[in-house]
Amino acid sequence: MMDHMLTRSLDRAATSFLLVVAACGILIPLSNLLLPAGSMFQVPTYLVALWGKYVCYAILALSIDLIWGYCGILSLGHGAFFALGGYAMGMYLMRQIGTRGVYGNPLLPDFMVFLNWQKLPWYWYGFDMFPFALLMVVLVPGLLAFGFGWFAFRSRVTGVYLSIITQAMTYALLLGFFRNDFGFGGNNGLTDFKDILGFNVQAEGTRAALFALSCLALIIAFLICRAVVSSKLGKVLIAIRDAESRTRFIGYRVESYKLFVFTLSACMAGVAGALYVPQVGIINPSEFAPGNSIEAVIWVAVGGRGTLIGAALGAVVVNYAKTFFTSGALAPYWLFMLGAMFVLVTLLLPKGIVGTFNSFWEPFRTRRLTEASAAREDGVSEPKMAE
Amino acid sequence: MSAFSPSPAGGLSVLACLRAFALSLLLIAYAGPCFAGPFEDAVAKFANDDFSDSEEAVDAIAASGNSLAYPIISALQDERLMFDAETKKVFVKQPDGKAIDAATGAPVDSIPDSADQVRLNNKLRRHVEAALGGLTLMSPDLATRLAAAQSVFKSHEEAVLPTVESALAKETSRTVKTALGEARAAILLFKSDASDVDKLEAIATIKARGDQDAMAMLSDVGGDQPPAVAKAAAAAVASIKSTLAIWSAVQNAWYGLSLGSVLLLAAIGLAITFGVMGVINMAHGEMVMLGAYSTFVVQEVIRTRYPGLFDYSLVIAVPLAFLVSGAVGILIERSIIRFLYGRPLETLLATWGLSLVLQQAVRTLFGPTNREVGNPSWMSGAFELGHMTITYNRLWILCFTLAVFVILLAMLRFTSLGLQMRAVTQNRRMAASMGIATSRVDALTFGLGSGIAGIAGVALSQIDNVSPNLGQSYIIDSFMVVVFGGVGNLWGTLVGAFTLGVANKFLEPVAGAVLGKIAILVLIILFIQKRPRGLFALKGRAVEA
Repeated sequence: MMDHMLTRSLDRAATSFLLVVAACGILIPLSNLLLPAGSMFQVPTYLVALWGKYVCYAILALSIDLIWGYCGILSLGHGAFFALGGYAMGMYLMRQIGTRGVYGNPLLPDFMVFLNWQKLPWYWYGFDMFPFALLMVVLVPGLLAFGFGWFAFRSRVTGVYLSIITQAMTYALLLGFFRNDFGFGGNNGLTDFKDILGFNVQAEGTRAALFALSCLALIIAFLICRAVVSSKLGKVLIAIRDAESRTRFIGYRVESYKLFVFTLSACMAGVAGALYVPQVGIINPSEFAPGNSIEAVIWVAVGGRGTLIGAALGAVVVNYAKTFFTSGALAPYWLFMLGAMFVLVTLLLPKGIVGTFNSFWEPFRTRRLTEASAAREDGVSEPKMAE
Repeated sequence: MSAFSPSPAGGLSVLACLRAFALSLLLIAYAGPCFAGPFEDAVAKFANDDFSDSEEAVDAIAASGNSLAYPIISALQDERLMFDAETKKVFVKQPDGKAIDAATGAPVDSIPDSADQVRLNNKLRRHVEAALGGLTLMSPDLATRLAAAQSVFKSHEEAVLPTVESALAKETSRTVKTALGEARAAILLFKSDASDVDKLEAIATIKARGDQDAMAMLSDVGGDQPPAVAKAAAAAVASIKSTLAIWSAVQNAWYGLSLGSVLLLAAIGLAITFGVMGVINMAHGEMVMLGAYSTFVVQEVIRTRYPGLFDYSLVIAVPLAFLVSGAVGILIERSIIRFLYGRPLETLLATWGLSLVLQQAVRTLFGPTNREVGNPSWMSGAFELGHMTITYNRLWILCFTLAVFVILLAMLRFTSLGLQMRAVTQNRRMAASMGIATSRVDALTFGLGSGIAGIAGVALSQIDNVSPNLGQSYIIDSFMVVVFGGVGNLWGTLVGAFTLGVANKFLEPVAGAVLGKIAILVLIILFIQKRPRGLFALKGRAVEA
């Protein structure tokens, strides 16, 4: 069954995408660790961390594409799930600091000592255990998404209304996490991490391993998404995207489908955030800023929504461009470019890079597929996606 | 040397004055505690370097009415009063570095090296404050007298009672008289040998004042007072508390209305465009910002060219901001949004991108920092209403908002564009079938909505910082208003804005500003469970837009 799901979900593009990610996940860390520094093929550590960040963004983009591209839910608050996962990981990392903090308190993180807190808030319990933290990375965003989605989808909040409400959600969290008495470090957030599972987070080996792990997570996330969208469930999701009321009238419980996929997507975003935090070394409330969530949506739009590969690709391309432009003399113009990207992509490239490429390639592929299915009677053809 | 003009309070005879003057001429080398008169004796007491002597000295000097009293005591307060233990002489170091002899007011070349500062402790400091309060009670300046009376009310030092009473007898201004009466009551209330009748009267006076200070003072009345007094004080505290609670509710309601008017102004344009076109304009906040910057430009031009017109700057800015933002809005609609009809989510993204571009453009043109936009004279200041303060700018904004609302309402109701807009809101395809040029209506609606945002920017420039991020801070709240109030009916926006504003301000004192906001967001999410399309939803058969 599992085997069947996997083979069905992988077409040639997906396979090559996975191979590329796997190759990066193996080769980049190896080149960073094994080759001598200064060698032409050696990837410097800072680049490993930078690309690790991009890979995390790619996972976030995948999670957005899953709900937006396949179910028509435009969440403008996915950064919140990402940040919550990041905070869960950050809390684990904070607890690992132990007595090495500035105040040397074995139990309390520095900012709590600074705020004169006497004991650990209850919600920090358990975060010294890695498995518990991992569980929370998935559970906290998942539960928030479940609760939020349960309320929103049940009352049939759709379209722009939902987008606005999700934006308000992340805004509310932004305000909350800025407060010191929330117990998450106020506007400084959580930083100054030392160890993860006993390994120094700054060490080259740890960074390389985290990069490899991020790639692995991207592969798994991609496989999950593919499995979902190519299953029968995926067909219903697409039906909901294209005609929600009609799907409901046919007899599907639209809100349950939406709730499932929304929660799944939030969990994925949480994992992305958890991988992101040890690699960048800080998590602070600005990750909750509504602007970040919307930016993540544009990665998907640029890459091509409803293509999964495109989402991941878009995240990497846009972020590479951002790094490139904001570090150079063109920095003041980056926001112009980003803004123009929003406008131009929606106007001129509504299918994104991958989508446009696909539709360009479509005639050839159809012919190939028809030939293949003529040769092989039980061939499963890719369903054509309606806009 | 105005130090020798006899003060109206009297006390030093002309003779003494002359003598002091003559002596001051001989002074410096010749010294000693041989000056007669209570003032000089009192001054000399500072040289004993003893706190209780200093206290007596302060009280005596304050009571002497000598014109040197104020400089001496304020010098003591600022630790500028020096004494020489050997010669028993006291000097005042002036703020400008020169020194005078405290007893005579004559200038001194230099203070001897052996001189020390007159030390202060907390008890002495209280005497000093009370004495200074008493001294300024007679000031010819009304504001000074009022401030002095209020400071006496707070310190209620017994020693000032005679001064307060004499000031009360002479006072002509009603406000100051009330303040003095309250000050006298405060002193009597805590005076150990005052009669119960006086104290009860005092409690009544303080109760009539009825503010936070009065309540704090009355709650200080402890068990050492006679039972009747303590009981009256407790009753007065309870009564003030309930009055204050009402007033704070009224004040919160006012803040709420004021916030609501701002929200309404920011959201109403959004509601129109969303209602008619089903389009969320994420760049709406930037239209507000453009309006605010138009105001800034108008004021700059007026400042440099026609300074006399400053009071009219807003009157000029309102139509200009409407035109600027409206024109930008129509431009956006024609060049971008009309290609995205039927794709509301994409419109949202594109307009978000526009908002980034507009923000960055303004940042490039005007700089990233806050720009100064002044209040015209008729908008600055405040007035008191009972126990609350109302600022004119907030009041004007409320009136202005309501005026805009009424005009808009009338426009929708009585003009042909309004009729067409309502038709398109209710059923776009049917309206098109009836011959309404929907795309023209769209463009005009978008222009109108943006123009109103520009007007909102003029108003907001009066109470907020004019910076490229101005719009961002209002946009989410405006969305909430639209989601809460529903679209297609301006009354929904009105009710939504004022409800959110008032709810926000009432939650703030209970939960704090941030938690209050979060609570509002949660409440809205819960609210749309019941009414997914807002308070005033359009009823119709359209299942999906």
